Amino acid sequence: MIYKVISKPEFRAFVDALVRANTSYGPRQVDTDRNGDPIYQFMPVSSADEIAFDYTVTTSSAKHLLMPFRGELSRFNFSDGDWKQQVDYETQPIVLIGLRPCDISAINILDEVMLKGPYPSPYYLARRKNTFIIGMDHLPLPDCFCKSMNRHTVNHGFSLFCSDIGDRYYLSINSAKAFSCLKEFRIDDPTDEDNCRLIERRKLIKHSFETNIEVSGLPVFLDIEFDSPIWQKWGDKCLSCGSCAMVCPTCYCYSVEEQFDLDLKGSRRESHLYSCNLVDFAQVAGGHNFRPRSGDRLKYRYYHHYRGFAANDNQQICVGCNRCGRTCLANINPKDVINDLRLERESCLTCVSTSPDKA
Amino acid sequence: MNHLGFELEKIKIGSFDFTCCEGCQLQLANRESHLPDFLALLDIRNFREISSERLDDYDIALVEGSITRSDEIRRLKSIREKAKVLVAFGTCACFGGVNALKNKFPQEETIRTVYKDKLVETMPAAKISDFVTVDYSIPGCPVSKKEVEEVVVGLVTRSLVTLPKYPVCVECKQRLNTCLFDLGEVCLGPISRAGCDAVCPSGKTVCLGCRGPAEGVNYDSFTELVKEKGLSTEEMNEKLAFYNGFTDYLNHEG
Repeated sequence: MIYKVISKPEFRAFVDALVRANTSYGPRQVDTDRNGDPIYQFMPVSSADEIAFDYTVTTSSAKHLLMPFRGELSRFNFSDGDWKQQVDYETQPIVLIGLRPCDISAINILDEVMLKGPYPSPYYLARRKNTFIIGMDHLPLPDCFCKSMNRHTVNHGFSLFCSDIGDRYYLSINSAKAFSCLKEFRIDDPTDEDNCRLIERRKLIKHSFETNIEVSGLPVFLDIEFDSPIWQKWGDKCLSCGSCAMVCPTCYCYSVEEQFDLDLKGSRRESHLYSCNLVDFAQVAGGHNFRPRSGDRLKYRYYHHYRGFAANDNQQICVGCNRCGRTCLANINPKDVINDLRLERESCLTCVSTSPDKA
Repeated sequence: MNHLGFELEKIKIGSFDFTCCEGCQLQLANRESHLPDFLALLDIRNFREISSERLDDYDIALVEGSITRSDEIRRLKSIREKAKVLVAFGTCACFGGVNALKNKFPQEETIRTVYKDKLVETMPAAKISDFVTVDYSIPGCPVSKKEVEEVVVGLVTRSLVTLPKYPVCVECKQRLNTCLFDLGEVCLGPISRAGCDAVCPSGKTVCLGCRGPAEGVNYDSFTELVKEKGLSTEEMNEKLAFYNGFTDYLNHEG
């Protein structure tokens, strides 16, 4: 890692040059909600002027730019009673601007899932290797809980990371490409004062969190609570609409669908990002549905996020961005669900807190 | 037509309209660039919008429109007898559609409003499955031509034909739309069947559920959220009644 500082106007000029030369995505205001607050999304940008550098949070994550909601996996061409499969991994390089530490952590988790397993995804690899990421820190929103998940800082997975130290950005440069791009612009070595300001900035961020979730020991907790009535309670609220998984930066489950071309001379196979909350997620050939109840489906989503990966890979795949919580129309959010579980167990412990009967 | 050693046949198709605007049938002629390939899969036996030839030997009947007269019931039943597969084509055929809005008013009043003193026989608008067995449904106001193409290809190749079971929210989120509830509107997206690519919310128009309910819909939670957000349940019920697709729910609520 190389550390530099850059003035904000110079940084803007750098970003402008970068986005004018490349297919780029950055935070843009797309709407104003009923309370007058801006709504942001990662959208295509073609100049620095289009980027909302001071944005709060995007409604949806940047996941779909690496794992498209619908992506073609292969094409089949039929001829002479036989077929040929064509697979195309090629992808255009893209620049992603303004990702938060939680967003970059989420991509690092997707790397683990899509690339480190026994069957790495060449589709994901092609996109990931061709993605230039500029991260930017921010002061947490009242409902952000990435600190609880230890995802409020990130030290890899980006090309360049910017910390806001007032009139300048403190740059952590993590790729040769980023460094050579920056050479065209005025960057300086950090002074002692810059270093102090960076430390202050990090302290400020760390102490600005208003939402904390106790996740230590959560995998064991979830094991114990497998049959808890809590799941049905939250399941009764769940609309099974899949919005949480769509906006989530780490929900990666997808279905595979095949479709003939209209001329019947070929067909295509596509991946469709799916959600374990959708009614037919666990429906198999013949029609049996292993999880017809929404409470069970909700439970398994929480298990995947907070238990499965912690047990197998020593990390939870939730990064604490709370996009799911904000988007859920039924007001289901990780903080309330997890606290509810813990509360139930604690009250249960109270009632059995007398010494076990030795009789 | 030969596909990987299998002989495939064109499907003998008839398209019939009842009480409707015939917009769904017109969709068959949409997506012009796909028309030659699409028509190559069909042997059109009866389709008054594109041909004056009327033949009675068809395997697949696309039935558009709701049923509002007794002679329509007789005609529908005779189509059912001739067709091997009957498809409810479009929202009116599937649910009754906008025509069913008149069911809320006294019949004499509706006749007088539209036809003045002319005597017209009419009855409450009903979906076609009230009178005949329906093999497939392609809902939508209008139907999506892309989905029709997929169903036709499925019928020709004898492969599985399905509609999405999940609600419109999935497709709406995939299009990065702003949730219309965040803009203070009542949208039926969370309980309506997807497959339309969230075309209405993408144009900032609320979903009115023209494709009917998704599967396993949570009405209680939906009603609750409308109330919690301080939105009008009256408006919600009006929207639920618009295409007549949510009668189970509305009847249950009284």
